[in-house]
Amino acid sequence: MAVFYLVAFLSIFFSLLVIFSKNPVHSVIYLIITFFTFTIHYVLLNAQFLAIVNFIVYMGAIMVLFLYVLMLLDLNVNSEPVKSSLMKIAGIVAGMCLLVTLAGALKGSGFLPAGAHEEVVQRPNLGLVKNLGQVLFHDFLLPFEVSSLLLLSAMVGAVLLAKREPREI
Amino acid sequence: MKLAIVIDGYYFLEKFGLITVIFALSLVVAMYSTLAERKIAGFLQDRVGPNRAGWGGMLQPLADGVKMFLKEEIIPAESSKFLFIVGPSLAILTACIGSAVIPWGDTIVLFGRTVDLQVTDINVGVLYIFGVVSLGVYGIMIGGWASNNKYSLMGAIRAASQNISYEIAMGLSIIALLMMTGSLSLRDITNQQHGFWHEGWFSWNFFSQPLGFLIFLVCAFAETNRTPFDLPECETELVGGYHTEYSSMKLGFYLFSEYINMFVSSAVMSTLYFGGYNYPGMDWVMEHAGPTWGPLVGVAALLGKIFFFIFFFMWVRWTVPRFRYDQLMNLGWKVLIPLAIANIVATGLWMTVKATYF
Repeated sequence: MAVFYLVAFLSIFFSLLVIFSKNPVHSVIYLIITFFTFTIHYVLLNAQFLAIVNFIVYMGAIMVLFLYVLMLLDLNVNSEPVKSSLMKIAGIVAGMCLLVTLAGALKGSGFLPAGAHEEVVQRPNLGLVKNLGQVLFHDFLLPFEVSSLLLLSAMVGAVLLAKREPREI
Repeated sequence: MKLAIVIDGYYFLEKFGLITVIFALSLVVAMYSTLAERKIAGFLQDRVGPNRAGWGGMLQPLADGVKMFLKEEIIPAESSKFLFIVGPSLAILTACIGSAVIPWGDTIVLFGRTVDLQVTDINVGVLYIFGVVSLGVYGIMIGGWASNNKYSLMGAIRAASQNISYEIAMGLSIIALLMMTGSLSLRDITNQQHGFWHEGWFSWNFFSQPLGFLIFLVCAFAETNRTPFDLPECETELVGGYHTEYSSMKLGFYLFSEYINMFVSSAVMSTLYFGGYNYPGMDWVMEHAGPTWGPLVGVAALLGKIFFFIFFFMWVRWTVPRFRYDQLMNLGWKVLIPLAIANIVATGLWMTVKATYF
């Protein structure tokens, strides 16, 4: 458990740095470190496949694109628009409301069903590729395919938006 | 959380020794790759190459290292200093950790102990390699951005888009291979390619996945930023690319990490497609050479394959001209990805037909 608390502390620490750092590129780099601590969480839960996929997809692909866009934008501390204090207070109130709602929802709903921890401990192979594949392609085949179709449609939409307009005559 | 492995002192010592040997090996190989590159370039361009330091230039890499360490180190005034140092450190770190999951040889008996010649056999070994490869681009991106130089930034951005594009094709080319092996562990994949001939066909994966190998090879060139895909450091357009502002050993780290990457990717290619430490007639050798020397012959075979691929990298560098950037993107997205998907479909069809009718 000591390792868990250390890693959890690091996750929260770096996610706070994401919000508080002035430079957007530094922010993204802190976000990358945050995702890395999530990977360690997955490893601690013995979900090796999830850990490595989180590593490749979030750290290796999505964050590279984030960084790419931010480097091209060349945002500096100087060019950051100054927000009025009314906006800041509104932002704080809205954020806190969301936090309270999330915390209340998770606490009331029994987010972690009883015995879930025992399940993980008793079946240490639960997170391995083979078992995950069995679950995804056997028990949850339809939701899996539907979500992949959703991603495909999003991709096609993005390509359509990015395409040059056909020249009007 | 309880680990099933009983860790005794010798186990720790054995892994520590193995890590040290592999680390030293990759550094030495990378060091002499720089010499080999210049010698091969000399040969292909009909000149001699470096031959002053030591016999036939054998001490040239050491001289280069001393030069790199002793040169003045310049950090640009307008750069972000911490990230400027993080960049090359990250590049060399990601280059060095990739070799952890590669099986360097069969289990070997040393001083009465059975030793696995692999640092760790995690069951997602192939994906680990991909993770390390995808992390590798951060060294270039962070360094290029931190230099606060337009050319460096262009190089960094080119590196990012190139790596992202070719990672997809690389992953797809591997999927067809994984469908056949049914395992993500590099040790299992190597053991499946035992010997050279199995049930009427070659046992090495190259002979059942030639198209997949070709795609993987091209992507490996792109991921290691080697010619013809060295657009991030294209000196005719970008001065020095992402390392324009770097000097002394920080520049050395960038250049060195490229050679280590080459070594590791050669090892991955040999392991995945060319049988790793397997070679024709290995059973006979194992029988006659015993459990200590037999596996060492296998290690030598793997190293031979790796050296061949490193030579191939250099051969291509001094033969093929650099791509234009739009050509690079077209090749990645419009040729390699469709080809890789077609390869997956063909492999799936073939596996189904084979399972049904044979």
